[in-house]
Amino acid sequence: MAAMQNNDELIKLSAAEMAEKIRNKEVSSRELVDAELAAIDAAEPTLHSFLHVSADEARAQADAFDKRNAAGETEGLPELAGVPIAIKDMIVTKGIETTAASKILEGWVPPYDATVITKLKAAGMPLLGKTNLDEFAQGSSTEHSAFGPTHNPWDTERVPGGSGGGSAAAVAAFEAPLALGTDTGGSIRQPGALTGTVGVKPTYGGVSRFGAIAMASSLDQIGPVSRNVLDSALLQEVIGGHDVRDSTSIPMDVPPLAKAAREGRKRDLKGMKVGLIKQLGGDGYQPGVEARFNEGVKLLQDMGAEIVEVDCPHFDYALAAYYIVMPSEVSSNLARYDGMRYGLRVMPPEGVPQTAANMMAYTREAGFGDEVKRRIILGIYALSAGYYDAWYGSAQKVRTLIIDDFNKAFEKADVLISPTAPSTAFKFGEKMDDPLSMYMNDIATIPANMAGTPAMSIPAGLSDDGLPVGFQFIAPQKRDDVMYKPAAALEAALEEQWGGPIWQSLKTPWLGSAK
Amino acid sequence: MAEKLMKYSDAVKEFDPVFGLETHVELCTNTKLFCPAHIEFGGEPNTQLTPVSLGLPGSLPVVNQTAVDFAIKLGLALHCQINEWSQFARKNYFYPDMPRDYQISQFDKPTNGEGYLDVELDDGTVFRVPIERAHIEDDAGKNTHIGGADGRIEGADHSLVDYNRAGVPLIEIVTKPVEGAGERVPEIAGAYVRAIRDIVRTLGISHGRMEQGNMRADVNISLRRKGETELGTRSETKNVNSFHGIERTLQYEIRRQAAILDEGGEVLQETRHWDEATQTTAGGRVKSDANDYRYFPDPDLVMLHITQDHIDEIAKTMPEMPRERRHRLQNEWGFSDLEMRDVVNADALDLIDQTVKDGASASGAKKWWLGEIARSANEKGVALEEMPITPADVAEVEKLVAAGKLNDKLAKQTVSGVLAGEGTPAEVVKKHGYEVVSDDGALEKAVDEALAANPDIAEKLKGGNMKPMGAIIGSVMRATHGQADAKAVTSIVMKKIRG
Repeated sequence: MAAMQNNDELIKLSAAEMAEKIRNKEVSSRELVDAELAAIDAAEPTLHSFLHVSADEARAQADAFDKRNAAGETEGLPELAGVPIAIKDMIVTKGIETTAASKILEGWVPPYDATVITKLKAAGMPLLGKTNLDEFAQGSSTEHSAFGPTHNPWDTERVPGGSGGGSAAAVAAFEAPLALGTDTGGSIRQPGALTGTVGVKPTYGGVSRFGAIAMASSLDQIGPVSRNVLDSALLQEVIGGHDVRDSTSIPMDVPPLAKAAREGRKRDLKGMKVGLIKQLGGDGYQPGVEARFNEGVKLLQDMGAEIVEVDCPHFDYALAAYYIVMPSEVSSNLARYDGMRYGLRVMPPEGVPQTAANMMAYTREAGFGDEVKRRIILGIYALSAGYYDAWYGSAQKVRTLIIDDFNKAFEKADVLISPTAPSTAFKFGEKMDDPLSMYMNDIATIPANMAGTPAMSIPAGLSDDGLPVGFQFIAPQKRDDVMYKPAAALEAALEEQWGGPIWQSLKTPWLGSAK
Repeated sequence: MAEKLMKYSDAVKEFDPVFGLETHVELCTNTKLFCPAHIEFGGEPNTQLTPVSLGLPGSLPVVNQTAVDFAIKLGLALHCQINEWSQFARKNYFYPDMPRDYQISQFDKPTNGEGYLDVELDDGTVFRVPIERAHIEDDAGKNTHIGGADGRIEGADHSLVDYNRAGVPLIEIVTKPVEGAGERVPEIAGAYVRAIRDIVRTLGISHGRMEQGNMRADVNISLRRKGETELGTRSETKNVNSFHGIERTLQYEIRRQAAILDEGGEVLQETRHWDEATQTTAGGRVKSDANDYRYFPDPDLVMLHITQDHIDEIAKTMPEMPRERRHRLQNEWGFSDLEMRDVVNADALDLIDQTVKDGASASGAKKWWLGEIARSANEKGVALEEMPITPADVAEVEKLVAAGKLNDKLAKQTVSGVLAGEGTPAEVVKKHGYEVVSDDGALEKAVDEALAANPDIAEKLKGGNMKPMGAIIGSVMRATHGQADAKAVTSIVMKKIRG
């Protein structure tokens, strides 16, 4: 084993680099875990990326992996074997508290693992802990966490995006090389854009949802968070694939993603048609965001890609339709939190009949935050007798039209592009009193969820305000590999333009003690 | 609070009753509808669970294909339109026994659409009950209310919830409004549910035991004045769990609603409950403030695709349906309608069929199952099929009788021995040394002794008066400890008196 390396160097390695060092016996999984735990200790008072750090479990998993590795029993494991990872607290972990950042689940310790967790464990990847999010993944800033917000490492006065702000901030701030998120309307990609990380929403059905706490079942998808494109590709290959426990899981193998990402690093996009979505950009998009996006388009063109404009007229209705479909499913999915079987139970006060119905009402009143209640009420209304056809029925029709738009667009282009989010990270409280402006954050990410297509966000440099900007790629269903190639190519081109990866510009004063 | 009732015969003279039944049949799959939790009747509370059946966060349902195939079988038996595409929907409502606070059921796209069932009544009349749909859904858990009277929730101190039943697959068979049944509504409804019970048992898709809750029915009934075509306001009596309960619910509701309408009142559209103790229905929730279940397609499940090939495969495995089978067996056995009805009502059809297959005559098999064994079962209060004697045992006894090795009395004693747990018929016969004395030498000696001991009877017989023959047989029987063959004794006596 090589000499213990400087923590700061270790934690800034990419996941693929960490994996290579493990394979070469230059570093142990345990050393990586210890380095990340030290970084977490140093960063958490400032950032609050984690709701729960599972230090003991992570060390035990790392030790177990190192033992197998020393005995030569790691043959056949995925490339990322031994590399630690953080998990959004929306994914259930056996024996580790899982809360969805809600008071209603505080203290709940699941008796089973999500399929993705089972796969990570089988790959020998230690779980560092559970990351923060907007309560039940409902929000775009992580301010709706019942346990306090996460701070953006680029400017701790600002939000890291949401709902997966914890995973994004943790990866951006080197508390973990990798994380898992869940993306219902942009909850992986928008925080990716706001924190300068890579965030991927795979094809709906490409990664098992078994064990992902449901927000809106027809839109939810688990996906990777990393600091570069290749790492996400490698991680998606670990967690993807068919699962008989999820009826909506697609019975097919994961496409060759890492191969596509490595291919992309060659920066040759000749013959590739890239579709610029007419509806996503312009009005409402911050000038700094537009500038970085346009530079990215230019770089793609320079690498040989043909840029075509595609018209997706029904994207204009995507946000409105999303805010019918999503809350409808939320209202039903969150019904089970009733105080009967697990989580919070609040008995009615004295003088109020001590019935099950009252207990449920008092529990839900005390256990859910305002945003969750708002969506439950919206959903119940949209599904009500007499309103169903007008609301839920119409929204589903819009969804079909969005899918048609995508199909037509993919006749003209191999992959589609847009800015990921209309703005860079905003300040705490800026949008809390204005739900609509908060919802507008997801305007560019929602269409992919509505259609089930894969999409990803990569850092496209920094805006004039010094904050990261996200660049979104969208590929046809089941063809996640198609977006990884141009994403990796653009990443490589941007590194040249910016003199290295974007994350090199991040200042991490809180890490002083970790060095 | 006694409600006003009209005399039944008057009620059906004045009004035309229209009924409908929603029959819930619990399927006997090994595992639950949406997860691999094992199903077993009477298990320790909350032991037959998985994260899915407990609705834990993150858990997802996966359809049990066996349950779908069971539904297809039932659909075929009920002549239903089996839909190529069907879909599960969420029925949203809060209740402590519902782990997810929504039931997964089929709404606008059921697996089985329209069909019918021809129901045969006691007098041989056949009545066609039109079926609207037969859809698949999962059951809820079970609440037990502690501290109140009769285990009811009213006045209870607290309640216990057992989620073992949560997720058990059900098929709900919904009839269309059944018109034209007139005064025979209760009879037709009862016969319909019995026919459903027989079908699900024949198909092997449910144990079909009402007393164990494998079957229960929601009973809908409305009245309209004779000659009117528009349906009246209905009441719905929930979860009636016995055949008699269903019949009596209908009788009671017809009388109650008739009394209301007769006075110019209006029937409330409401949910009622059948009270077995008082033999009445009691009002519950008024339907006008009914739950809005906010049905929508369950996004966790994909649509069920049932191909014609698959239906054809299942059709090949369909057993003979109960009604057709009854007709065939009645023919083969040569039973009268009345005899056949007795057999069916005694739940002895399968037992007799098997006994005949095992070598007994039909009349012989019937004699045992409806006689000796039925009496004993009655005394013990258990079902015929639970008696400790098999059709093979009965057939064996019958064969011994036919071969002249046992007489009626010994056969009866042998059956009693088997019922008492003394072993197989052969073992009982051996143990007690039951054997018909057919050795002519021994019998002749006994006859000689009997005639000698009763010279007056001997004279009468010689004189052609055969009445006292019984006394001689009885005497021979006593001498041979009941093991003589009565026919053989008679022929020896005849030979003697004529010789």
